[in-house]
Amino acid sequence: MRYQFDFGALLPYWRDFLDGALTTLTMTAFAVVFGLAIGILCAIGRRSASPLLQRLCGFYVELIRNTPYIIQIFFIFFGLSSIGLRLPIFAAAVLTLVVNVGAYTAEIVRAGMDTIHPGQIEAAQALGLSQPQIYWDVILRPALERVYPALTGQFVLMMLASSITSQISAEELTAVANNVQSFSFRAFETYIVVAVLYLALAVLLKLAFYGFGQLIFPRRRRLGTPL
Amino acid sequence: MAAAVSLRDVHKRFGEVEVLKGVSFEVAPGEVVAIIGRSGSGKSTALRCVNRLETIQSGEIELCGRRVDDPALDLRALRRDVGMVFQSYNLFPHLTVAENITLAPRRVRRTPPAEARRIAEEVLTRVGLSDKIDAYPEQLSGGQQQRVAIARSLAMEPKVMLFDEVTSALDPHLTGEVLKVMETLAKGGMTMLVVTHEMAFARRVADRVIFMHTGKVWETGPGSMLADPQTPELKEFLANGL
Amino acid sequence: MGGFTLTHFLYLLQATGWTVVLTLLAFVLGCLAGFLVMLARTAQVRWVRGLSGLYVDVVQGTPLLIVLFLIYFGLALFGFELPAIVAAALSLMIYCSAFLGEIWRGCVQSVPRTQTEASECLGLSRWQTLRDVVLPQAMRIATPPTVGFLVQVLKNTSLASVVGFVELTRASQVINNSLFQPFLVFGIAGLLYFALCYPLSRLSRALERKLNGGRRQPA
Ligand SMILES: Nc1ncnc2c1ncn2[C@@H]1O[C@H](COP(=O)(O)OP(=O)(O)O)[C@@H](O)[C@H]1O
Ligand SMILES: [Mg+2]
Repeated sequence: MRYQFDFGALLPYWRDFLDGALTTLTMTAFAVVFGLAIGILCAIGRRSASPLLQRLCGFYVELIRNTPYIIQIFFIFFGLSSIGLRLPIFAAAVLTLVVNVGAYTAEIVRAGMDTIHPGQIEAAQALGLSQPQIYWDVILRPALERVYPALTGQFVLMMLASSITSQISAEELTAVANNVQSFSFRAFETYIVVAVLYLALAVLLKLAFYGFGQLIFPRRRRLGTPL
Repeated sequence: MAAAVSLRDVHKRFGEVEVLKGVSFEVAPGEVVAIIGRSGSGKSTALRCVNRLETIQSGEIELCGRRVDDPALDLRALRRDVGMVFQSYNLFPHLTVAENITLAPRRVRRTPPAEARRIAEEVLTRVGLSDKIDAYPEQLSGGQQQRVAIARSLAMEPKVMLFDEVTSALDPHLTGEVLKVMETLAKGGMTMLVVTHEMAFARRVADRVIFMHTGKVWETGPGSMLADPQTPELKEFLANGL
Repeated sequence: MGGFTLTHFLYLLQATGWTVVLTLLAFVLGCLAGFLVMLARTAQVRWVRGLSGLYVDVVQGTPLLIVLFLIYFGLALFGFELPAIVAAALSLMIYCSAFLGEIWRGCVQSVPRTQTEASECLGLSRWQTLRDVVLPQAMRIATPPTVGFLVQVLKNTSLASVVGFVELTRASQVINNSLFQPFLVFGIAGLLYFALCYPLSRLSRALERKLNGGRRQPA
């Protein structure tokens, strides 16, 4: 019944853990950039004048938000390869993350855009700003500032969810752990180490997002109050 | 001299409801015209048709020689000629006072940042707020925010300014500072179309007053007409206020 | 290789039943544990608040999949050979407790302090105050996000497939392994999940709207 912990057995694998953690971070970075882009476009689409575009974007968001990520992974990864499209695993994993987080981002960004008072847009129109300029300066920038905490929280959750890409053998942190435990026969210790690494990554990511927010939102930096 | 603003038989409907029922009036260059009338009489709508925040169903609107009702109108060119100040200030909360003011010059006219900053300093001096140039809107009082909104419009050097009840959201003790800025503008020769409930201001500053009632121009005349109303509707309006 | 037949579909439906069972099991356990976490997070004793805060941060900062592996492999080492459904339910319970505990803490703390103070003046004990004054008010606010979180739990039961529990995801994998028609098979599985989740999502939003009484957030 007594179990002897032996973390020493994992020492030889420290490089693998490090590589896995770096892969997780790289995947996250790609997914944040592309997911944000898709989310913003989709949020704009849902506010567009075209009913077709509204429907299409709404359908995408609801479909993704109401199905498990692992099913999305299998659908995209095995589906694509069944029609002969064999993406590199890393690219496939990033693709599934982007598709997934894009929908959540769209919903958050849309909620932010809904808080922009119509008077703001009229004031910008009266000043002669063009529609794209209004979208950027008067709608998106304050909307993103307002939802920044929710948005970055979602990105941290996505980083954690990226562990599920281990199921298609993307060589990220969880897949590394699965390998290491099968070589070292130290499953419990391995997953404890990996849990700690994920915690560290989550803290790191939160700090990075905080710093980035201070950088790009001068108002928050100077006043410290939410917009 | 050609009118700076002219409306001829303007009709405007929202769905089934006709809000402007054949409105006609003119504003000469340098003239200050006050529009008064009960809430819901169509004052804001008339103003918003002038800078085409609303499109009209029939009639003609001209501003500085440009047909506003022309579907092929160059909107940005129109809005370079006409500025608008709103009841609710509508300053951009995420931008500093300077950024609020320089946004349009930088984006629309491609003014270089240093030059735009100089313009901001200049217009802020005109509204008496040069010390607030780097503040954020929420750090200002309502009266100060409204003066910044006026400065923001001035920065685009409009030929005509529209004011829609710009003091209605302010505490009484803050309206004075805004009205003073507007009076200075008027004295400086700005063409102004002012929707207002400040009768004293209308009488003292406006060259002409338009009383709107149920979507029509009901009575019009010099500021002194407020002391001598001709129609029972204006009489009643002046007696009961809003 | 063959086509997707009615037998396959019935197999998926049966597995959907297990998904629902696991969801309910995890959610009920998670609510109980989450209630304790909420109590600890709002406790008057500082170290209880701190410790439970740490618990929440650790669980929320660890992938659910890793929690599942820890439970599944970890408890085996101490001599508990858990059936996959139990390991899955336990991990989901832990996951649930941290998130629900935190959601509910927010709801409880959004009840105005004056309410608590007033009841304490009336001589109610802390527990009575909580039960008779704070919780009934907090529950109204808590319902929409709790229903919303149920959707998260339902989706996350899919991870039980990784330790071999045959719920909807595992069943679709099994079928796909023999048919190799991933778009079709995972598409159907996705639609079954959607059929369960979407009504709950709509319900959560409707409750939220009703709570706000149609009021929009001020700009
Ligand atoms: N966007 C709109 N849609 C529908 N009705 C409107 C709209 N804007 C104004 N109205 C209606 O038009 C009428 C005139 O409004 P408005 O021009 O704002 O009056 P005023 O500024 O004189 O108070 C009112 O009855 C108002 O309800
Ligand atoms: Mg009005």
